[in-house]
Amino acid sequence: MKITRKDFLRISGLSLLAAGCKRAAESVSQPASSVRAASTQPVRWGMVIDLSKCREKDGCNACIHACNAAHNIPQIANHAHEVKWIWTEPDATVFPSAQTDFAPQTVTETKVPLLCNHCANPPCTRVCPTQATWKRDDGIVMMDWHRCIGCRYCVAACPYGSRSFNFEDPRPSIESINPDFPTRTKGVVEKCNFCEERLARGLKPACVDACPQRVFTFGNLADPESEPRQLLRERFAVQREPELGTGPSVFYLV
Amino acid sequence: MRDRVWIFAGLAFFVAALTCPAWYAVANGKASNKSKPPNLELPANQKECVAPAGTMRAAHMQMLIQWREDVVRHGDRRFVAFNGKVYEKSLTRTCLGCHNKEQFCDRCHAYSGVSDPYCWNCHNDPQTVAGSRTRSTP
Ligand code: SF4
Ligand code: SF4
Repeated sequence: MKITRKDFLRISGLSLLAAGCKRAAESVSQPASSVRAASTQPVRWGMVIDLSKCREKDGCNACIHACNAAHNIPQIANHAHEVKWIWTEPDATVFPSAQTDFAPQTVTETKVPLLCNHCANPPCTRVCPTQATWKRDDGIVMMDWHRCIGCRYCVAACPYGSRSFNFEDPRPSIESINPDFPTRTKGVVEKCNFCEERLARGLKPACVDACPQRVFTFGNLADPESEPRQLLRERFAVQREPELGTGPSVFYLV
Repeated sequence: MRDRVWIFAGLAFFVAALTCPAWYAVANGKASNKSKPPNLELPANQKECVAPAGTMRAAHMQMLIQWREDVVRHGDRRFVAFNGKVYEKSLTRTCLGCHNKEQFCDRCHAYSGVSDPYCWNCHNDPQTVAGSRTRSTP
């Protein structure tokens, strides 16, 4: 059989078209088949921090030590290069607009534990050009250190100072490395991950477990019967600067 | 035709320059050394890997990248191997749970000229990590 040039072009054109259609059909049908079994109940991880209990044990810092050890957080002497996931600041700095005249000194001078708020509407993820930081379906604002290019847009976008940049190789400044968690490298941004790696194994975050005063109550804010939701029903709580519209998932009982 | 000698001299010089690395290696006796496959230490406690050896040799990097995507981006840590066994998708806990980084990974990487993939800038070798404490998880 002899194929004319016209036939040849016609056949190859049709084959290309068919291949293209197949790709298109696949890409349309794939999300449906590969969608992970959507959990029946929505999850939004959150935390309630009871400052009245924390105040009873001033200068304890067990939560901070537990986090540092679990996540290989470097202890860098140079304040400008500091890396922190959970730390403390005085009450007056943390809640500047919630200060009242004549408040007792015990309250105004309380050291308040701070960490990433895992905001419901996080500004940090919106500015990330590589989606190295993004919000998971369970509310955790995650970091993918493989993808972070160190542009620090997110550091500028976070109104709470929750993010740290690795200005130097962190390894020499880590006292003893926990092999189960990666260290970071020079040039990436890091922050609290709500112990995502522990939640995956059915454990609570390291700070929650380490606190001798049981100051932290961790749970699913989307479930009205969860422990944090019960606490929030019973007691008056504040969030850090909720007027910014970020919707922090960390609440403080004052 | 009077340039013949120049042309051939130039050609000879060109060929010599092109092949000089090979000659250099032969002269230093390195070539014979390098061509010997590295002596890889296999785990004593395990006979089977998460995929057949051929697949691992050819495609462990793609597999690790897939694992990374699954774990970090999708929170999916369960790997069902070709033989139905279930593993955790983890470089440190699964791969280095059996393999010795220095005697396995590093030797072959050095042999094939990919020494120091930057995985190790962050991921730890549990056997050499300084002052390795109790593991954080059971
Ligand atoms: S506290 Fe900052 S880093 Fe954390 S989610 Fe909110 S904006 Fe992002
Ligand atoms: S520093 Fe990293 S995580 Fe932050 S915005 Fe840039 S790429 Fe994204």
